[in-house]
Amino acid sequence: MDGHFAPDSVWTEIGRLDDIPRLGSRVVRTAAIDIAVFRTSDDRVFALHDKCPHKAGKLSQGIVHGDSVTCPLHNWVIGLADGQAREPDEGCARTVPARLDGDRVLLAVGGL
Amino acid sequence: MNMIAPRRTRLVLVGNGMAGVRALEEILARAPDAFSVTVFGSEPHGNYNRIMLSPVLAGEKTFEAITTHPRCWYDDNGIELIAGEPVVGIDRAARTVTGAQGTTRPYDVLLLATGSNPVIIPVPGHTLPGVIGFRDIADVASMLTASRTGRHAVVIGGGLLGLEAANGLARNGMETTVLHLMPTLMERQLDPVSAGLLKADLASRGINVITEANTQAILGTERVEAVELAAGTRLPADIVVMAAGIRPNTALAKAAGLACGRGVQVDDGMRTADPAIYAVGECVEHRGAVFGLVAPLYEMAKVAADRIAGIADTNYMPAVTGTRLKVTGIDMFSAGDFTGDAETDDIVFRDAARGVHKKLVIRGDKLIGAVLYGDARDSAWYFDLIRSGTDISELRDTLLFGPAAGAGTATQGPEALPDTAEICGCNGVSKGTILAAIGKHKLTSLDQVRSRTKASASCGSCSCQVEALLAHALGGNYDAAPKVKPVCKCTPHGHDAVRQAIVAQRLKTIPAVMLALDWASTDGCASCRPALNYYLLCAWPGEYVDDARSRFVNERMHANIQKDGTYSVVPRMWGGVTTAAELRAIADVVDKHRIPTVKVTGGQRIDLLGVRKEQLPEVWRDLNAAGMVSGHAYGKALRTVKTCVGSEWCRFGTQDSTAMGIALEKMTWGSWTPHKTKLAVSGCPRNCAEATIKDFGVIATDSGWDLHIAGNGGIKVRVTDLLAKVTTEEEVLEYCAAFMQLYREDAWYLERTAPWVERVGIETVRTRLADTDLRKALQQRFLASQRFAQQDPWAERAAGAEAHEFKPLASVE
Ligand code: SRM
Ligand SMILES: Cc1cc2nc3c(=O)[nH]c(=O)nc-3n(C[C@H](O)[C@H](O)[C@H](O)COP(=O)(O)OP(=O)(O)OC[C@H]3O[C@@H](n4cnc5c(N)ncnc54)[C@H](O)[C@@H]3O)c2cc1C
Ligand code: SF4
Ligand code: FES
Repeated sequence: MDGHFAPDSVWTEIGRLDDIPRLGSRVVRTAAIDIAVFRTSDDRVFALHDKCPHKAGKLSQGIVHGDSVTCPLHNWVIGLADGQAREPDEGCARTVPARLDGDRVLLAVGGL
Repeated sequence: MNMIAPRRTRLVLVGNGMAGVRALEEILARAPDAFSVTVFGSEPHGNYNRIMLSPVLAGEKTFEAITTHPRCWYDDNGIELIAGEPVVGIDRAARTVTGAQGTTRPYDVLLLATGSNPVIIPVPGHTLPGVIGFRDIADVASMLTASRTGRHAVVIGGGLLGLEAANGLARNGMETTVLHLMPTLMERQLDPVSAGLLKADLASRGINVITEANTQAILGTERVEAVELAAGTRLPADIVVMAAGIRPNTALAKAAGLACGRGVQVDDGMRTADPAIYAVGECVEHRGAVFGLVAPLYEMAKVAADRIAGIADTNYMPAVTGTRLKVTGIDMFSAGDFTGDAETDDIVFRDAARGVHKKLVIRGDKLIGAVLYGDARDSAWYFDLIRSGTDISELRDTLLFGPAAGAGTATQGPEALPDTAEICGCNGVSKGTILAAIGKHKLTSLDQVRSRTKASASCGSCSCQVEALLAHALGGNYDAAPKVKPVCKCTPHGHDAVRQAIVAQRLKTIPAVMLALDWASTDGCASCRPALNYYLLCAWPGEYVDDARSRFVNERMHANIQKDGTYSVVPRMWGGVTTAAELRAIADVVDKHRIPTVKVTGGQRIDLLGVRKEQLPEVWRDLNAAGMVSGHAYGKALRTVKTCVGSEWCRFGTQDSTAMGIALEKMTWGSWTPHKTKLAVSGCPRNCAEATIKDFGVIATDSGWDLHIAGNGGIKVRVTDLLAKVTTEEEVLEYCAAFMQLYREDAWYLERTAPWVERVGIETVRTRLADTDLRKALQQRFLASQRFAQQDPWAERAAGAEAHEFKPLASVE
């Protein structure tokens, strides 16, 4: 839901809200990278590069809770909105602007 | 060299118990280098906190935890300890003592602290094996053994000791009856109303109390079998605990010709009739009184130390003592004269619904006695009023409601007490002393206060008050160690409380649990959600719908994630046995899907490593087609059942361990457990399957099977404990199912069987599984839940379930 500033041209529909389980995640594949798209318990969506800042764990495979995801490899907790690792860990996963239009999930992948 | 140092005074202590060793400590504090000390003790170990035998029996503490003076303490202090050798004679003329094995030591000063002996009522049969007192760790060991092999316990005597024994026996799974001669329990500490509440509380713990019970005889041939009452009733008994009182142990003093009445007679300076001999503790009689609680004994220790070290001529002054019952969950306190007479007034409070009863006895304008049952929070305040003889006429209206009511403030607890108030009754430590020590030595934890001041170091019931004082003194800097370990940061509740709430309140979804228990976060975290998911799955088999979002990745994907994000696949290989067809199918799968690595695991099966997520359903489908199912190598679940070749082939094998292992695996596969669970079966004691480091290990013998539990390889190796010896295959399966279910229902999430058993105590687990009814019930519950658990997750997914897990949502160029 961040990133409304992005120009319309870059928003791409990648699926419907119900394609992503609540408190779950799906992967969107691009030529360069995988993007993990998350859905929270109150139906907000966020997207991060599917790569933990620690040792590249797949964040799409983690447990989602509140506004965070816990990495499946070594349990770092990563903020969904900012990609920032929670204390005491340090690091940042890259965010991808994501938003909902009705039940359509849009990612700003145009610029990638 | 060889210079003659001034000879130290030779001090000999007879009786390595609570009063004697305390007196030694006091002496060493006063005159560290003046004495050369020898200690004789009948018991074969260092000194321990005898009060805490009750929690040890109840499985709440270990013997190590209650040992206050291990052997190294004696060494460090240059004290000679002669443990396991009672003193049998004192030669007062020659000033020597002699032990049962002939060890003789000379003394200049002799200190007797021989304690007391349990009174064994001389009814017929009282000498049968299985009739014991409750005095030392050996008695506790006898009770624990009895609880393992027998079912019925009878405790004679419904006082403090008897009830603590009964509680411990019941906690170990025994059907326990207390026989009490008087009409009400603990009549020397409780008024009839509180005694009635106590009886009901004990009944709810499964303890049967018979009052006005007159024991006629103890029956049995080889050992005790039953107790017969005067009324003719017969109660079956595998153990009889006599807790009908104690008698000062004066045998040695009497034989030496010292003046003895009920106890060894001492003057106010704790000196016996012989000026070179002192006595402290339960063995003494002082001004006609004998003793049974540690508080007065510790006072005696100080007096004797002052005198023996030659510091001061202090005198022992008897004081009021207070009593508490150490049965977890029962809160009671009693002190002073709680019966009263024509000149006294009673103030009584009763809240039957909460099970609270308070009675205060007032003479003139003084409080002289108190009984608090069900809520003893204000005991320290009342105790202080009784001991100080404070004029309470001003307080009288609100006296019953504790210090907070009178002070008109919201403060409850020890902050409201005067500095003179005694916080620790056992060790006589006042609030002022504790606060001064906190300030002077910058103490920040309960343990530090304990070792500095001894407050809460004996029976421990004042720990809460000491903590409250720490919190009061340190303000925000005090971080009380939580009493229970919370599940995670989202809740203050511990695992047990959560599990109980799930069952008691019939909570059936994760959000329902979080709502009912006031979870602090909206949807929990990566620690509590998997725990709750497991607890619900265990509580409501077949009913609870598993929440994939609350599973760790491996359990959601049914494969182990690897560091590069690929997965490994381990098919089940029943009991470690495979066939050419299976091996061929595995080889085909490897070729077809170009799986980079094939490895034989430490669990006797084959691991296919480097499978990409989207390949998983296909790989599983092909393995399924050859009859193979998931090995759950990824789950907090039943993993492998290792076996050896056993009697089918091996020249040493005594039973068919391979078939046994396969039978166990067929029964247990698919079950979810608090942490991973591993089994093994060896065909003889050579134990090639390493059954003694497994969660459940079976070792064949000539006559049957030895069942072992709670072993662990891995990070902290733990060898199993023997659970039972059985003869048939059915029994192996029955015990295994029951053990699995007990573990599933009792352990905390992510606690393997080894730490679980260490926490709850092997005795608890043994007794519960030794009970045939309980065992069969556990087995039934296990098999019932297995009906829903034994579905191959791979087959379900190969057929299309949870397909979204394996496919990307979209591809964008
Ligand atoms: C594959 C295997 C090693 C092998 O190549 O032989 C293995 C692999 C792993 N073990 Fe193990 N363990 C394997 C047998 C063992 C054994 C031996 C045994 O079971 O007889 C032990 C010691 C016995 C024991 O558990 O008591 C063992 C003790 C551990 C431990 C330490 C457990 C502990 O209680 O201290 C861990 C860590 C944990 O579970 O938290 C662990 C964790 C792991 C994990 C799951 C680590 C992880 O989280 O990724 C590894 C998964 C690799 C994968 O993707 O397959 N593995 N692991 C073995 C699989 C057996 C099987 O067929 O299922
Ligand atoms: C189960 C239980 C629970 C209790 N709970 C409480 C409580 O909650 N609060 C409380 O205040 N009190 C409690 N007590 C009482 C308290 O433990 C005793 O008051 C205290 O231990 C007495 O100390 P003592 O040194 O006199 O005797 P002991 O601690 O019994 O020590 C005497 C020692 O001398 C040894 N001995 C005897 N004769 C000889 C000999 N000839 N030669 C060498 N050694 C000898 C004995 O083996 C023993 O080890 C409890 C007691 C028991 C058994
Ligand atoms: S455990 Fe005994 S029977 Fe089994 S293989 Fe080893 S030696 Fe043979
Ligand atoms: S890779 Fe994410 S925590 Fe280590």
